[in-house]
Amino acid sequence: MILLKSLEALHHMLIGKEISSVELTRTYLNHITVADPSVKAFLSVTADTALAQAADADRKIANGEKLGPLEGIPMAMKDNMCTSGIATTCGSKILKNFVPPYDATVTERLQAAGAVLAGKVNMDEFAMGSSTENSGYHPTANPWDLERVPGGSSGGSAACVAAREVPFALGSDTGGSIRQPAAFCGVVGLKPTYGLVSRYGLVAFASSLDQIGPLTTSVRDNAMVLNAIAGHDPKDSTSVPYATPDYTQFLENNVKGLKIGVPDEYFAAGLDPRVADVIKRAIKTFEDLGAIVESCSLPHTEYAMPAYYIIAPAECSSNLARYDGVRYGYRAETEDMITMFKRTREEGFGQEVKRRIMLGTYALSSGYYDAYYLKAQKVRTLIKQDFDNAFNQYDILLSPTTPTTAYTMGEKSDPLAMYMGDVYTIPVNLAGLPGISIPAGFIDGLPVGMQLISKHFGEGTLYRAAYTFEQNTTYHQEIPALVKEVC
Amino acid sequence: MSFLDKYEMVCGVETHVEMATKTKIFCGCSTEFGGEQNTHVCPVCLGLPGVLPVLNKEVVNLAIKAGLALNCDIAEFSKFDRKNYFYPDLTKNYQTSQYDLPICKNGWLDVMVNGTMKRIGITRAHMEEDAGKLVHSGDTITTSNSSGVDYNRTGVPLLEIVSEPDMRSIDDVLAYLEELVQIMDYAGISDCKLEQGSVRFDINVSLRLKGTETFGTRTETKNLNSFSSVRRCLEYETERQADALDEGLEIIQETRTWDEGRGMTLSLRSKEEAHDYRYFPEPDLMPLVIDRDWVERIRATMPELPTAKRERLQALGLSAYDAGVITASKDMAFFFDQAMATCDDAKLLANWVMGDLSALLKTNGRTFADSPVSPAQLASLVMLIKKGDISGKIAKSVIEEIYSTGKDPETIVKEKGLAQISDAGELEKIIDGILAANEKSVADYKAGKEAALGFFVGQVMKATKGQANPGMVNKLLKEKLAQ
Ligand SMILES: [Zn+2]
Repeated sequence: MILLKSLEALHHMLIGKEISSVELTRTYLNHITVADPSVKAFLSVTADTALAQAADADRKIANGEKLGPLEGIPMAMKDNMCTSGIATTCGSKILKNFVPPYDATVTERLQAAGAVLAGKVNMDEFAMGSSTENSGYHPTANPWDLERVPGGSSGGSAACVAAREVPFALGSDTGGSIRQPAAFCGVVGLKPTYGLVSRYGLVAFASSLDQIGPLTTSVRDNAMVLNAIAGHDPKDSTSVPYATPDYTQFLENNVKGLKIGVPDEYFAAGLDPRVADVIKRAIKTFEDLGAIVESCSLPHTEYAMPAYYIIAPAECSSNLARYDGVRYGYRAETEDMITMFKRTREEGFGQEVKRRIMLGTYALSSGYYDAYYLKAQKVRTLIKQDFDNAFNQYDILLSPTTPTTAYTMGEKSDPLAMYMGDVYTIPVNLAGLPGISIPAGFIDGLPVGMQLISKHFGEGTLYRAAYTFEQNTTYHQEIPALVKEVC
Repeated sequence: MSFLDKYEMVCGVETHVEMATKTKIFCGCSTEFGGEQNTHVCPVCLGLPGVLPVLNKEVVNLAIKAGLALNCDIAEFSKFDRKNYFYPDLTKNYQTSQYDLPICKNGWLDVMVNGTMKRIGITRAHMEEDAGKLVHSGDTITTSNSSGVDYNRTGVPLLEIVSEPDMRSIDDVLAYLEELVQIMDYAGISDCKLEQGSVRFDINVSLRLKGTETFGTRTETKNLNSFSSVRRCLEYETERQADALDEGLEIIQETRTWDEGRGMTLSLRSKEEAHDYRYFPEPDLMPLVIDRDWVERIRATMPELPTAKRERLQALGLSAYDAGVITASKDMAFFFDQAMATCDDAKLLANWVMGDLSALLKTNGRTFADSPVSPAQLASLVMLIKKGDISGKIAKSVIEEIYSTGKDPETIVKEKGLAQISDAGELEKIIDGILAANEKSVADYKAGKEAALGFFVGQVMKATKGQANPGMVNKLLKEKLAQ
């Protein structure tokens, strides 16, 4: 069945002329029309441009030109990455009619790689949230159980990949927004090192934390997508001038001698014991494969959440100040200018966004800056030091990705309860480290994610460990029922 | 009695200088003045969703250069911050500026005020982006039906130079501002076109009773863009404050605006409604680490600044006044220096530069930068006068001829036969003829009527079409008449 094929297999089918890119694209577009009414991952399906792009790839194949590994293969992008001429709403009403006149660097790079954009996918508004229930449009469902959330904020990206609506998607991760939905939807999600993938054209939530990364159904696919998007960008000053390797070269089925640290603090109160059991079994698998696993400590972990909920809202309050209805996006029609500003923001932004703007504005205001923002930055430094110390001893750190499996929609109405879902992913963003979530087991038919963390630019090590685990387990081969039905 | 006998003013100035880079501070758009509205813009300077700034290194070069010219310490570690405020001409609703770690700190400027040298402290100088410009359909924002925004100016690099409150008189302030603008011009930091708004001043002023130490409550008047406005604003504002103090009223710390038409300052906002800018480090830009080699490379490119130039000109024999006039304009000073390369009389050259040539350029609406008379041509003209080849009077017609034809002075003198007659024999013959034809005047002179001498000089000049060497004519006439 074509929808279950790996990127590598699809590539070979294309160059072997077993299928054309247009046929492949049509197959996925058809599946979207079948699956998406229940999953609701897509905000817009760009069928016409996708088929045109696919036709370009087919021309190259017909001309006998060399085809890149992603060329002619459909994909989806989170709707906070700018796509020239295609609406980019950030999941917010305030950007409902915003069509950017330029491409994000990742868009440019995927286009250069010949990938076919099938559409833009749903997200929590401005990437704030952990369930994709906070979209300004509609919630997305978890393909494993349509009553449950897919996680967030890249819920659309994780769900569309899990439902096999596209072979891969890009998400963005500010506090866990790739890894957490990847865990809930049973796919592979990588949050790369801060500065590895350009943020140019990614609509900013919290600039010092945001990072774009791939969501795929396998570790190899993930490495292939990272190959296409990673690398220095002169348009992003925080992009690191780092010579990126071919990440597929790390895909070695071998963890012998790999030193894995398991932070005690990540197995504390709040962790579903069944999730803990799944992760403990995963640890056993690594040990059986020859890795050296030890428990370790990241002593400042408990301060990561409060620090994050100062820094991220502070940056968001500033980044979102530009949405005032003056130049683009939604505008409330009113008599005078000041009322227009107020009403535009009142009507255009959802609850969670407003909450964080208020929090951030407060944290930065004079008299509170030292007590909140500055203190949070100091905590951030301590958290980085914790990781530095750990990586003096271990190649990677291993933890659950989330404390629980996917919950039902509407279950977490208290924002603080929802924030706790990112407790294991947030420290990684504060430290700017790479982290990956891979399927590690199931509880009552719902996927459980395992998070692996490495030092800066340690993506290769993460892929090696993740790949070895994947090759020696079968969790990634499980498919949601709604996909099984069509296959 | 003036209120200034009772009060002393205390003034500090924040000067915004548009830096002379070709492109904007965070993107590649042109900084050129004018141009059709919203044509020098891109997604970055428009602050569209998702865009990121990239620092223009030339801005840093110029900021370092300005810091060196203002005797500042150049920070080894500097950073950008966001200054958050909500205003329609600011695309992102925050301005990327520098807050606690500016690139330049602790400098000073020596300025001459009424013959006395005075040192004004420079607190800091920092880089930031300019905002756009509101274009109202009516005269003011309140009387307009609609307002548009021109974003061409958005992202033009600014250097904000903050002085210490070291100025005690309007003369101090103007001397400081004139010197500051001159330095920015000389060092090539800015084109300093005040009329185009490329330099703007915010004036902080307060009064205190003479002899007291504590500062009074100050007001800040924003966005003045000419020296005359600064003078008038200070005259108005100090008198307003003095009147209020005399009446026992409290001065409110507030931001005011200068109404040029009405010649008065008006309240804009008080401290109570002052903005909380919520500064925090700009996460989209890396901190700026400036190694000492970078600073030294820029120091090596520093041009001669006005003070050094004035001193050098005085050493050449010019008066302090003349040196001041010539250095007041970078173009004039540059012209003078070029002419001096082939001239050995600085004083005479200075007179011609400040006098005839300046006047000629001014009547024709030109400047020393595009003078049709080249520095070498003026130098030759001065040398012709000095050698006695032509008289100063003839030279006045020669310079006009150079201006209109571009010919060298030697050529003009030769072609028109303008060389001065300094041949004693030839002049004697002419004098003899004139004396013979005017016997009555000769008698008058001998009878003590000295004014007759002038008449004879005039006659000689007329006979020689002005080419006779006046010194020799005088000498020969006196000799002949004494016989
Ligand atoms: Zn621009």
